[in-house]
Amino acid sequence: MSPMLEVKDLRGGYGLVKVLHGLDFHVNESEVVVILGANGAGKTTTLRAISGMIQTTGSVKLAGEEINSAKPADIVRKGVAHVPQGRGTFPELSVEDNLTVGAYARKDNEVQADMDKWYEIYPVLFERRTQTAGSLSGGEQQMLAVARALMSRPELVLLDEPSLGLAPLIVEDLFERFAEINKKSGTTLLVVEQNAQLALGIADRAYVLEAGTIAIEGDAADLIDDDTIRKVYLGI
Amino acid sequence: MQLFVQRLFDALANGSTYALVAVALVLIFKATTLVNFAQGELAMLGAFVTLVLAYEQGIPMWLAVFLAMIILGVFAAGVERVLIRPFDPADHLPLVIITLGLFLGINAMAGIVWRFDPRSFPELFPSGNAFTWGSASLRWYTVFTVLTVLVTIGLLQLLLNKTKIGLAFRAVSSNLESSELVGIRVGPTLQFGWALAAAVGTLGAAVYVADPFRQLEPSIMLRVLIFAVSAAALGGLDSLWGALAGGIAIGAIQSLVVPYVPFIPNELGLAAAVVVLMLVLLVRPAGLFGTPAVSRV
Repeated sequence: MSPMLEVKDLRGGYGLVKVLHGLDFHVNESEVVVILGANGAGKTTTLRAISGMIQTTGSVKLAGEEINSAKPADIVRKGVAHVPQGRGTFPELSVEDNLTVGAYARKDNEVQADMDKWYEIYPVLFERRTQTAGSLSGGEQQMLAVARALMSRPELVLLDEPSLGLAPLIVEDLFERFAEINKKSGTTLLVVEQNAQLALGIADRAYVLEAGTIAIEGDAADLIDDDTIRKVYLGI
Repeated sequence: MQLFVQRLFDALANGSTYALVAVALVLIFKATTLVNFAQGELAMLGAFVTLVLAYEQGIPMWLAVFLAMIILGVFAAGVERVLIRPFDPADHLPLVIITLGLFLGINAMAGIVWRFDPRSFPELFPSGNAFTWGSASLRWYTVFTVLTVLVTIGLLQLLLNKTKIGLAFRAVSSNLESSELVGIRVGPTLQFGWALAAAVGTLGAAVYVADPFRQLEPSIMLRVLIFAVSAAALGGLDSLWGALAGGIAIGAIQSLVVPYVPFIPNELGLAAAVVVLMLVLLVRPAGLFGTPAVSRV
């Protein structure tokens, strides 16, 4: 069986600036995989390449199907959700509209039921459902961004530095939620993070990205004990 | 006093038509944060199409307006696809130049096809007065124009807030990138915005020239566009009701402030509107009803 996501020789960037120099990695079904790396290593670019936001060469296969030349709107319909860096909510839209638009690509009639489920998980979103997303706090916006992404009922969720700019307690809660989502529904997660300790804590496997190529890969449990990783990314 | 009331009614009539064109501008601005300078000329084209349908094809007036709205909607959708979409939506200067080019192009085309001399335009609304008080009279034209604006904005609000395409439209205007990430096809959504705006603009031009005091000519919408841009900016550029308030305010400046402030000559009525706009934007940069930029992380 082919993996959920298989990336081969991914190259590209923004115009003349090449960021990715031949990436190879894969994510198996129901796995949590984390990509670690310093600023500018190409983490965000990798996720943007997968969801079709930038032009790249190489191969990106979703459950065996090539998606590298597909448009973002079609990739969403194939079951990929992307929570971009900086939340990516719709600031002028109400919380409820943000969730509704998250299910834009769906055609079934269980959208309301899913929305109720998220209101149950995050009661604060229910309290603020008529408020604009822009008026929420950073933590609430990240909850909304995650709920919004999962409203599309994805098979693969791309999370771009979900911990950025959030208080430690909120980050911990968020990562617990990710682990729970993965366990309960078998949703595959590909997380890009600088907070290595937390990310490795919920991940099955990890890749370390350096200057646009994969420098290190391995099981999360092994990497957490690896001296180099500890020094460079955990600061201990 | 009666003169004042008369001028108030005039303000209402002018202001409502400015508001209709301003609504069209707001629709495009909401989606693209771009002011479409060709909006007035598209509307003028719509009025000519109405005229052709009504006079040459003998179609009843209201149906002719409705058909012209659809025709202009399709035309604007084509313009969006061919002239606008190939360009980066985030880079405004080339797009502004394109809308200016469209403005000149449509104006010249209309001149070639229909000549530049004014033509009488059939009335849309019953003639006569709804209400008279001494020398002041409220014309049926004014009543129906105000009603048309209210109904149009009401319907647009329903469309934007209650339908799926409306949700997509609001999402695209809020966050282009996230819209793509939830699966919205941004190009066709913006195209829908262009079509909608052209249809509303056509209605605006038809109502404007349906005033028996006015005639249709290719340059008819030049003044209206300037007033409509001011109205839209005054209302906040992204608010439909703001466009209405802005339109009425600009109409009021034109018919109330200019006659009563002796040092503003009539010829500077247009400039007076822009000065008031400047003053308002100094105090409220987002306009009267506009959404101030939200940024909280």
